[in-house]
Amino acid sequence: MVGSGTLGRRIFGIYLPLVLFLVFLLFPFYWMTIVSFKPTDDLFKLQYNPFWIQHFTFENYLYLFQETDFLSWFKNTMIVATASTGISIFCSVLIGYALARLRFPGSNYLGVGIFMAYLVPPTLLFIPMAQVIATFDLFNTYWALILTYPTHLIPFASWLLMGYFRTIPKEIEESALIDGSSRLGSLVRIILPLALPGVLSAGIFSFTLSWNEFLYALIFMSSGPMKTIPVGTVSDLIKADVLFWGSLMASAILGSVPVAFIYSFFVDQYVSGLTAGAVKG
Amino acid sequence: MSRSGPPHAAASLPAVRPRAGFLQRVQQQLDRESTLGPLLMLPGALLLVVFLAYPFFLGIWLSMTDTTLGRPGNFVGLQNFANLMTDSIFQQTARNTFIYSTVTVPFKLLLGLALAVVLNNQMPFRNFIRAGVLMPWIVPTALSSLGWFMIFDPVFSPFSWLLKSWGLITKNINFLGDPNLAITSIMVANIWRGTPFFAVAILAALQTVPAELLEAAAIDGAGAWQRFRNVTLPAIMGIVLITTLLSIIWTFADFQLVYVLTKGGPANMTHIFGTYAYNVGLWATAIGQGAAIALTMFPILAILAILLLRYLRTEV
Repeated sequence: MVGSGTLGRRIFGIYLPLVLFLVFLLFPFYWMTIVSFKPTDDLFKLQYNPFWIQHFTFENYLYLFQETDFLSWFKNTMIVATASTGISIFCSVLIGYALARLRFPGSNYLGVGIFMAYLVPPTLLFIPMAQVIATFDLFNTYWALILTYPTHLIPFASWLLMGYFRTIPKEIEESALIDGSSRLGSLVRIILPLALPGVLSAGIFSFTLSWNEFLYALIFMSSGPMKTIPVGTVSDLIKADVLFWGSLMASAILGSVPVAFIYSFFVDQYVSGLTAGAVKG
Repeated sequence: MSRSGPPHAAASLPAVRPRAGFLQRVQQQLDRESTLGPLLMLPGALLLVVFLAYPFFLGIWLSMTDTTLGRPGNFVGLQNFANLMTDSIFQQTARNTFIYSTVTVPFKLLLGLALAVVLNNQMPFRNFIRAGVLMPWIVPTALSSLGWFMIFDPVFSPFSWLLKSWGLITKNINFLGDPNLAITSIMVANIWRGTPFFAVAILAALQTVPAELLEAAAIDGAGAWQRFRNVTLPAIMGIVLITTLLSIIWTFADFQLVYVLTKGGPANMTHIFGTYAYNVGLWATAIGQGAAIALTMFPILAILAILLLRYLRTEV
């Protein structure tokens, strides 16, 4: 930025707003974390300051592991997110390459169609989708989610990868083709390694989106042990008349940690992925 | 999208290979762009047709039937849509969705822009702070909404506790129990979740604004606001437009936040299209009627999508 300004201006122009933003954006996480470490009785003692932990306990986490299906929710979410990410990246690499590098009849329209598919929200489709899942008899199976999540992931990942493939100079591929490599061979040996950052961010994106998905999982996975973490937490832990706030928050925190962890390592890829389609047109 | 120009020289290369056995013929076909292209599209396209295009048209059909759970329906024309015209809950739902989108998006945009401008300064731990700031957008919404669910709880709300300890109120606030307050509470949580998306996208755009341009403007005597207004803003306008359109689409078609916080209550006063369609179509199992409710979103979503597409294409 231009000029550094005086210290006073930096404090009021940068640090004060920054602190306010951080408090607003991070307070819910702080709150969830401290509640997850409090004994339930403490919540009811109004003389205690609710913004701090008076008696630290792991009992909410123990309850979660021993008395609920949390561990199988975790396993389910992991399986579904990994499988749908794998399928989506496989399909998207092929689509992205075809649309970025090959000329064939209708490729223009297919590109637009893929982009439009990205904008179709699950709320528009979930009722007929439930019928389709019923037709294939997939309710309460992993396939219900593994096959439906890619419909949202493929459009985005293809779009992102198309942008990456376009940035790779054509000459590199052409020289490989002249040396006798096949198209598919050059895709695997030349284009893919060069586009690895793009593949990585598409993968992170897909995994996060699958991990976070709620609506389809809510409808297609209704049996207790088959639920994903977001759905299990919301529907199974809130059932009781007396809410176990501590384990509810413990589950919410544990369900968020994996995605937060993954993305904190790849925040730059994530951010560039977020804006790739837009910045590159 | 794809460029025009002379046919690719490499495409004709395989033809000169001698002795075409079966495998080689396959190989040659695969090197032809008009064969390989559609072939590569096939796996993804297949999934999209079966699980996206087909449900879409099935939804249109269902919305014109009286299908309920376990009973295939009869064609009833536009009856389901006519029902909605006199359905007071639907009208409330339409109002809510409209308010929900038109109020939260400007807030998210302005707060996100402000946060991006703040983050665009030199500061210690900037990457760390940026990662923290993105958290609300990155974690599962259903789970972070549970945090808000407790923050808005009539008994355990920390806001109520704070205001009481300052002597500003005597009774806890029932954030989600009163319809108007409930909508406001939901919108606060929505703004919280969406602001980071704007901030990070706009921050990326800000970093592409040439520093020389800003310096030149400063030398010419432009103040901070003038520099922002005349140099920075035009440069980030594209991303602002795209993020805004995307956010409108996502907000308009939201589900999780409302589902977790109020399930559309109290007394069906806080539904948006997604949750009302869920209640009618799956909870009350009036599948045809529910499909009709979901479809009422389509015209507006289509307009937004076309706007976005036209803008992106002119940008290329």
